[in-house]
Amino acid sequence: MLENAVYIPWIAALGAVLCGALCLTPSMKKLAGPICVLSILAGFGLTVGSFLNPTFENDQQQQVQAPWKTHGTYALDDVAIDPHSHEVIHADDYKHPAVVIQPQPWMHVGGTAVYEEVIDKKSGHPVLGRDGQPLEQIVGYEGGLQINYGYYFDGLTMIMLLVITGIGSLIAIYAVGYMKGDPGVARFFAAMALFIFAMTTLVMADNLVLLFLGWEGVGLCSYLLIGYYYGKDSAVAAAKKAFIVNRIGDFGFLIGIFLCYQHFGSTDFSVIFNHELVTTKGAALPLGVMAIPFCLMVGAFGKSAQIPLFVWLPDAMAGPTPVSALVHAATMVTAGVYLVARMMPVFDVVHLQATISPLTVVAVVGGVTALFAGTIALCSNDLKGVFAYSTVSQLGYMFLGLGALSTHGAVFHLVTHAFFKALLFLTAGSVMHALAGTLDIRTMGGLGRKMPVTKWLMFAGCIALAGVPFTAGFYSKDVIIAAAWTQGIYGDGGTLYIVLGLLALITALLTAFYTFRLWFIVFTGETKYEMGDEHHSEDDHGHDDHHAHEPHEMPWWPMNLPLIPLAIGSAVAGVLLYEYHVIEGLIKASSAYTDAAYSETITMIMKIVSGFLAVAGIALAGVFYYKTSDRAEKAAELLKGPVGILRGKYFIDEFYDRVIVRPLFITGQVAYLIDQLVIHATIMSFGWAPRLLGKTVQPTQAGKLHGYGLGMIAGVTAVALLLLFLL
Amino acid sequence: MLDVLQPAGLQLAALSQLALSHFLMTAAILFTLGLVGFVTRKNLIVMFLCTEMMFQGVVITLVAFAMFHNNVTGQTFVIFVLTVAAAEAALALGLVVLMFRRRRTLDANAWAAMQG
Repeated sequence: MLENAVYIPWIAALGAVLCGALCLTPSMKKLAGPICVLSILAGFGLTVGSFLNPTFENDQQQQVQAPWKTHGTYALDDVAIDPHSHEVIHADDYKHPAVVIQPQPWMHVGGTAVYEEVIDKKSGHPVLGRDGQPLEQIVGYEGGLQINYGYYFDGLTMIMLLVITGIGSLIAIYAVGYMKGDPGVARFFAAMALFIFAMTTLVMADNLVLLFLGWEGVGLCSYLLIGYYYGKDSAVAAAKKAFIVNRIGDFGFLIGIFLCYQHFGSTDFSVIFNHELVTTKGAALPLGVMAIPFCLMVGAFGKSAQIPLFVWLPDAMAGPTPVSALVHAATMVTAGVYLVARMMPVFDVVHLQATISPLTVVAVVGGVTALFAGTIALCSNDLKGVFAYSTVSQLGYMFLGLGALSTHGAVFHLVTHAFFKALLFLTAGSVMHALAGTLDIRTMGGLGRKMPVTKWLMFAGCIALAGVPFTAGFYSKDVIIAAAWTQGIYGDGGTLYIVLGLLALITALLTAFYTFRLWFIVFTGETKYEMGDEHHSEDDHGHDDHHAHEPHEMPWWPMNLPLIPLAIGSAVAGVLLYEYHVIEGLIKASSAYTDAAYSETITMIMKIVSGFLAVAGIALAGVFYYKTSDRAEKAAELLKGPVGILRGKYFIDEFYDRVIVRPLFITGQVAYLIDQLVIHATIMSFGWAPRLLGKTVQPTQAGKLHGYGLGMIAGVTAVALLLLFLL
Repeated sequence: MLDVLQPAGLQLAALSQLALSHFLMTAAILFTLGLVGFVTRKNLIVMFLCTEMMFQGVVITLVAFAMFHNNVTGQTFVIFVLTVAAAEAALALGLVVLMFRRRRTLDANAWAAMQG
């Protein structure tokens, strides 16, 4: 079954091509949505199939069970399979169980070619060339950089694939309803399907270069989808901002790939993870290897919107809401988390050696970002803006988990976050859809009466995000917070990790507060709303014209129904995944697993504390915002200074504008002037000379027959005279 | 070449004995007439006939040299040239007819597509 998983990206790619072709046929645009949904659903089917039945055919034509599912459990047994020869070997010899499927030679740089005689298939004899010598062909290269187009499967890959295709199909179904009647619908779904292609390639890649291909692919799709409403200047600016900020991160990522090749001789994960520099713990490492995790980290921070490269994500909400849910909440922004988790063996080995551990840096950046973005979300009045900053904050949690050596906590939170944040964004999209594009929550109130289903769906997402006990967010967040505390108390983290654990607890309180602040403002109190100016095709929902001027509930199909699985997932996915150790087992059966200190007591205490904080945060939000009270304004009046700073989002955008954007802009202007006045003018003067000459001679070419005749005569005469008198 | 124009043996009494210079003079006159006609006349057919006249001027020189040098190469060449000229005349007149149909005039100035 696992062999079939390689088709997942290509089905999505086919869907993208078909949707792209539909852009040219306006009458068939409606088909784009179903095609996109089907291509992602097919991928989901294949993913579930390979997840439940991870067998594949090895070189000896035997059906072999993938190493992460031995004896029916999702945990690593003492058996592992060599990814290249596909032979079953002992786990002691092979640390990271994974299956590499179909490694086709893709690119090679340098190295010497290996020749082999061409054998005739029928006779079995070597084919002779014209000179009687056997013909030879290049079969491979030795040395140099070789990159395969191969797919790498282990527990981490399977988790990511399930999230991408599963949540992706639900969001795509919702998008069919959301984008109904939009003129660019085929373009939208082409980009969505292309995104799924790139994202699945990213998580299935068996080397860093193929991963980078997917990485850039999702970046491109993100750019295309943020700038989907290209008529709006803000959307275009946001798309460019996202692309450029990500390029800064990618620069670090590229350097990291180069260093990997320099020190490990390959970019294949199976080679890197089994390289003696990585497997020998505690040995001295070259400086270049020490730098690898730091370089990769920069790329991860760019993609996953962490300090200092987080500024693009809040602006990215300019895209259509399903895009915010899929690309900018559930999947693409978690690529950075995935990268760090995937390269965990390298992070881990450097962690043991370096004076400043890369994992500590990851933890600090994650913890600080979580709190930082959480505080901004407190005062944001933008419906999607709150969730955008909340996404930054939750991604911060994931990085804190990675930094606290709890890869499974980070990935667990990634999974549950994908459920509830997708749900929150989609319900926010429903509200926005109902109000024709209004995003300012200050103009909203009591919408629960108009949209009861959306109200309770968003409630399910909110309790999960807030971390109310026994919801999904509660379990995953708790694993991370407990890991940070455990690392501080029992591990080698020290006081720093205890501080980070405290930050994470404060953030948990803030999360509960801002989530329910939003929910109370939008859905409770007096009914009030202002309609925006975006025109959706109301007729498609079966509404009369006079109904179009007030908010209405979304239709069940295709909009509210796909949210039900997300709501159920937000509620119960956490307890199921936690109690049955699904994520833990899968992570243990992958390269991402790390040995970390674990303490039952601390986990219990953190559960109680974070559960209490979540409830306290909700209660606090209720005091200020339930049924519209004026307490919030009074409190804001009292804390004018801090609230001003938070409303201004710490003025980070302004700071970057002053320090980076404007100086660059001025330099650009100066360079432009120099270019125009010096270089352009000089080059143009060379052009002027022949032009002047042409202008003078042009009248002689009148195009008249007599003129040509005279010219010829004059020429002949001149030659004749020359011959007579000079020679 | 100047003494070709004023040869020492050019006398009225010797008209029966044609010298090379006579032929060459005739050829030069024909050629010049054609040349002047070509640049002064506007009618396409006349211009074409003028070029034919220039042709004949050249042909006469070739024949004359062939006769006076006892070398038949020149005469052979003339036959060849006449054949080509005949073919070319047919082609050129055909073109002139086509051009007339396009513009309803034979004025050469009506055609100036190559103006720079």
